Amino acid sequence: MSDLPRWQRVTILIALVLAIFYAAPNVMSRSTLDALPDWIPHDQINLGLDLRGGSYMLLEVDFDALQEEQMRDLSASILVLLRQDRIGVRGLGVRNERVQFALREPDRADDAFILLREEFPDLEIEQNGERFIVGFSEAYQNLQRNNVIQQIIQVLNRRIDETGTKAPTIQRQGYDRILLQVPGVENSAELLEIIGRTAKLTFRFVLEGVDPERDRVPAGASLLESDQLGPSGQPLMEVISDRVIVSGENLTDAQPSFDQGQAVVVFRFDALGGQRFCEATRANVGRRFAIILDDRVISAPVIRDAICGGSGQISGNFTIEEATTLALFLRAGALPAPLTVLEERTVGPGLGADSIEAGEIASVVGVALVVLFMAAIYGRFGLMADVALIMNLIIIVGVLTALQATLTLPGIAGIALTMGMAVDANVLIFERIREEVRNGRSLGMAVDAGFKRAITTIIDSNVTTLIAAVLLYQFGTGPIRGFAVTLSLGLASSMFCAILVTRWMVLSWARRQKRGTRLPIG
Amino acid sequence: MNLIHFVPVEPKIDFLGRRKLFYVISLIIVLGSIGLFLSKGLNFGVDFRGGTLLEIKTTEAEADLQGLRQTLNNLDLGDVTLQEFGAPDVVLINMPRQDGGEDAQEVALTQVRQALEGEVAEYRRTESVGPKVGSELRLAAGVATLLSMLGIMAYVWLRFDLVYGAAALVALAHDVIAVIGFYALTQIEFNLGTLAAVLTVAGYSINDTVVVFDRVREELRRFKKLPVLDVLNKAINATLSRTILTTSTTLLALFGLYFFGGEVIRGFTAGIIIGIVIGTFSSVGVAVPILSWARLRPAAPKGEKPEKVKAAV
Repeated sequence: MSDLPRWQRVTILIALVLAIFYAAPNVMSRSTLDALPDWIPHDQINLGLDLRGGSYMLLEVDFDALQEEQMRDLSASILVLLRQDRIGVRGLGVRNERVQFALREPDRADDAFILLREEFPDLEIEQNGERFIVGFSEAYQNLQRNNVIQQIIQVLNRRIDETGTKAPTIQRQGYDRILLQVPGVENSAELLEIIGRTAKLTFRFVLEGVDPERDRVPAGASLLESDQLGPSGQPLMEVISDRVIVSGENLTDAQPSFDQGQAVVVFRFDALGGQRFCEATRANVGRRFAIILDDRVISAPVIRDAICGGSGQISGNFTIEEATTLALFLRAGALPAPLTVLEERTVGPGLGADSIEAGEIASVVGVALVVLFMAAIYGRFGLMADVALIMNLIIIVGVLTALQATLTLPGIAGIALTMGMAVDANVLIFERIREEVRNGRSLGMAVDAGFKRAITTIIDSNVTTLIAAVLLYQFGTGPIRGFAVTLSLGLASSMFCAILVTRWMVLSWARRQKRGTRLPIG
Repeated sequence: MNLIHFVPVEPKIDFLGRRKLFYVISLIIVLGSIGLFLSKGLNFGVDFRGGTLLEIKTTEAEADLQGLRQTLNNLDLGDVTLQEFGAPDVVLINMPRQDGGEDAQEVALTQVRQALEGEVAEYRRTESVGPKVGSELRLAAGVATLLSMLGIMAYVWLRFDLVYGAAALVALAHDVIAVIGFYALTQIEFNLGTLAAVLTVAGYSINDTVVVFDRVREELRRFKKLPVLDVLNKAINATLSRTILTTSTTLLALFGLYFFGGEVIRGFTAGIIIGIVIGTFSSVGVAVPILSWARLRPAAPKGEKPEKVKAAV
């Protein structure tokens, strides 16, 4: 009988030292950790939202609404562009994600084509005499969608940051989804309010003289509901031009304030926005412009004078909370497309703390029971298995911490389960050794043969369980993935501990025995 | 140090002689489970059916379930169920999926929050799943279960033989059906967590089966002339103490989880415990007897009597 090869002994020691090194911060208090020198790892285990408390939301970006809005903007811009050159347009409309229109004078078709090409280089233009069908290419739209997702992630980050919540994780998932994880949110209602509004602010002109009750809404305009009530007590309906004078993108700051005892939002335009607004108001004194938030008219004041100061205020029937939220939205920017919540999971800090406590107690009780059981059944060998088991636990915690993998409640269950299963490898080995001794082999030969024979069984039986764990990881979400991670890790580490650590202990013990010693396991 | 002899040193139990009894037990388990599944069905959680789940701590020391039920039923959100959850002031509210697209779940949730204003001291948990994610999760669950069973079978086939792979698959299906039957019987909520329990049972049960199979293969090589049934018996007996010990330690760890791990994972742990007991039985009572149906070694030349060969020591 031989001792373990030196490289294996060195491997065990390195693994043990590293595992303790990485696992140690988990049992230290924050202040102790802060006092440690920099080269010692400070990271504690990364708790999942179900333990730490927080909110997980899977959001879907409404690309259809985005497309619709783009087409509406495009038709409004085409109308303005062609009118500037006095090219008359009829039958303007959106069909099959394309803008269609015809020219009143067929001989201006070439002029119109050149104008469109210059203004919108990315446009696909289909021209048939005086008829035009225009739209954006698939490649261009994909590029835009990617930009939109990036923008949404930035806006959400800013909005959540403004509320004082720390460290949200926001990731794109698949084609049109965004995964939002915010720790420390107890009531997801606040979060929903933050992500639920696109907060698209625009300044546009009101079209007067069109009675929404009787007249058809002209091309390039929309009928929008107002926050102001009409004489009948119903919200007023206003006909608003689709052309945007200035939008929320041109704001540099917005703050809640008071004006004559009424909560208002005061804002500043950037240079471009200020200039545009100044020109538009100067040329349209006496007309009404509307301040529109998410397709609702907040107010529609008459322009008394050119407004060129570069700042302004929005007054609606706000409470101070509403004004504060609106100001926050305006500072953080608008979402380029609306979001829908597909899935939400929020765990409050109370349940999270309870779960951590329950998980800890359950693990300690489970491990203690297994340790006592093994010692009772196998005596000295049982204690060796117990040492391997504790080392196994340290390795799992160490690796989880080093990788900063997320530990969830099912993950704790996975650890507890592997604690039970981990001794399996030891049991297999001990039973084999016991058998070999019964078959008449010497202690040393029996130990060698026992390990050799047990190893294939150990590997086969663990690989099959690993297959199930890997598939769980692949198809599971959030907390379940945590379970798959700890289960796989636990299986791998228990194989390591049984094949190397237990073996080392058994071999060292066997070498110290005199000839003819009986096995402590009968 | 003394040792308790848990299992006789060399058990000689005639397992294969009782295989008819095992088949009957298995059939009862499987048919019973299928019957329960068809008649009672699974109590699907929000993960799979869509809908909303709320765990709230009420402001009063003892929740007024009756009053809360009244309040919520007034909202007309369908069949809302309430139950005490682990403590007298903690209530679990289960709402069915709302019609009207993805937004409808959050709209309903907002309504409930407004209706419960003043009654709630703490929102402990909110889970809301729309129809899209619900159907995706159902699909993923089915695919994961099937793939893991096929993957395990393929591995056993590769490492052993097709017969072993097929027997392993039958035992696996047996255990998975039994655990699903358990969830149908108890009406414990079936959600992503309990699905994980089903897959864990599959993983554990195959672990157990492979250990015995490994031994069968070895004994077949050692005792070339011994009747197959005897070899199978030998293999089961040789691994019996290991089977019992490992199942015991795993169950001990799981009992810790069941009693102290908290309300959230109790249903999950219960399924694994049942599954492990049944999985242990199925390795011995289903997987190995099925092996006896097939020809496990090349046919012996005629006229030669099977005789026992002493193992080389």
